[in-house]
Amino acid sequence: MKNAKIFPALLLGAGLLAGVAQAADSTNAPRNPRLDDQTQLPKAPPKPARQQYFQPPADTDIPNNAFGELVRRGQDLFMNTKALAPEYVGNEMNCVNCHIDRGRKANSAPLWAAYPMYPAYRKKNNKVNTYVERMQGCFQFSMNGKPPAADSEILTALTTYAYWLSTGAPTGKALPGRGFDEPPPPKGGYDIARGKAVYEKQCQLCHGENGEGKKVGVTSVFPALWGKDSYNWGAGMHRINTAAGFIQHNMPLGRGETLSDQEAWDVAAYINSHERPQDPRLVNGSIDETRKRYHADDGVNLYGVVVNGKKLGQGVQ
Amino acid sequence: MRKPVPQRSPRFLLLPLLLPALLPLLAHAADGSDIMQKGGANPAAMPCITCHGTDGKGMAAAGFPRLAGLPEAYIAKQLADFKAGHRENAVMQPIAQSLTPEEVAAVAKAYAELPKVNIKPTPVERPQPGSGAWIALRGAWERNIPECTLCHGPAGVGVGDAFPPLAGQSALYIENQLKAWRGTKAVAATRKTKAVAAVPPSRRNDPNGLMAHIAVDLSDAEIKAVADYFAGLGESKEAFDESQHRLR
Repeated sequence: MKNAKIFPALLLGAGLLAGVAQAADSTNAPRNPRLDDQTQLPKAPPKPARQQYFQPPADTDIPNNAFGELVRRGQDLFMNTKALAPEYVGNEMNCVNCHIDRGRKANSAPLWAAYPMYPAYRKKNNKVNTYVERMQGCFQFSMNGKPPAADSEILTALTTYAYWLSTGAPTGKALPGRGFDEPPPPKGGYDIARGKAVYEKQCQLCHGENGEGKKVGVTSVFPALWGKDSYNWGAGMHRINTAAGFIQHNMPLGRGETLSDQEAWDVAAYINSHERPQDPRLVNGSIDETRKRYHADDGVNLYGVVVNGKKLGQGVQ
Repeated sequence: MRKPVPQRSPRFLLLPLLLPALLPLLAHAADGSDIMQKGGANPAAMPCITCHGTDGKGMAAAGFPRLAGLPEAYIAKQLADFKAGHRENAVMQPIAQSLTPEEVAAVAKAYAELPKVNIKPTPVERPQPGSGAWIALRGAWERNIPECTLCHGPAGVGVGDAFPPLAGQSALYIENQLKAWRGTKAVAATRKTKAVAAVPPSRRNDPNGLMAHIAVDLSDAEIKAVADYFAGLGESKEAFDESQHRLR
């Protein structure tokens, strides 16, 4: 593969500072308010040395009452999203694929650090987003599906589970371990060809030569990283910076914190330089217009960018 | 009127008698099933069935693993790793060294073709913290230990060529392997006891080092509990039904 070095600063734009310095793009046509825009919230503060990450309650603390039942139902849905809510999941992903250890693990976008940050005003879609709306975004983009209704049993159960995991966490205060704690962009930019080498050595065993993942019968074991069974072009994980954070802290599975910043960025770029399902917000059927409106200032991403002679963002079904 | 029974020519009767005499000629093509029963061409390559059972299901109590239905590539890799010393084992290393590459390929294929383990179809119950099921289905992420089923598949059925089935495998074998990946730490001398030297891991063939750190961070009690859990999942009457979603 030809080297596709792209200086990240050009693309970083205001994306990494989203919610702090980003200008409202009020010039665009009104949007469907259901489409969560996947903008990044401010970065999590670093964890002071010697201090533990927030500890969510243990399973043994789930009360044996109606509330506890809904917590368990939410946890079941979180782990088995495709199996238990198939009408809302368009690919082969489950919530737990990106939120390791059932949404408990620090730096794997733990729910205990997300739930207490909502509702949150986001300039990009110029409205206050509730936690439920944020989850609807997950279904729409990361699961490439259809968001369940805000008052549905599914989202109520998932909310209840997140609320329970946040027991004792401060409200409205960004906690260390929130999100994916992205490594800084490497000085010389990232390199897709180098990322391919990292992928073949570290990732391919589980995720397959073509990023297709692995299944046992109908049950997905290793999630697809690109292609029709993976997250779509609107998912937060399509940003190289976001994927780099997830990968560095959590991959290879159980051996997080072993890849360098450079390796994490390179392999994230390799993964996100492949086609995946179209961004459901596609504007007038145009990749360029969609890039301009939703991707140009959304972190570092390759939507609408020409890589190896091909414009990415065509989508796959 | 009864028809007379046609008389067979004595030549036809001779043919079945001649066939066994031709078998040694076929053995050049390395018959996997034959190697299981009788061993390899080199007498040091003992018959597999001695320890792994006539049906390939192993001898659980002795810690001899089930090989029936394991992936062909996985078995071939293990034999290659025994040969290369990445897996140390006093019994298996000499055998692996005595098998020709053709014999390894043939015996791996033959075992892969035997029936896979049948797994209990009962739905997965919510595991209790501190149990073997908990390690298997939830892991111990505070020590970066993923749940076993995340790689070995639902109910430990096995995934692809790199993640072998755990369900129905000998508990002692699973326990031994985790300890082989771990080795033992050195114990300092005290007034009453002598120092014990560290034993390095005797199994060093896990792809990407995925198993070693897990084994190091599991306690003996956890290893035993999780081994017992998976051993207990095997041998139902029906085959594993892949068409059903398996819940975590």
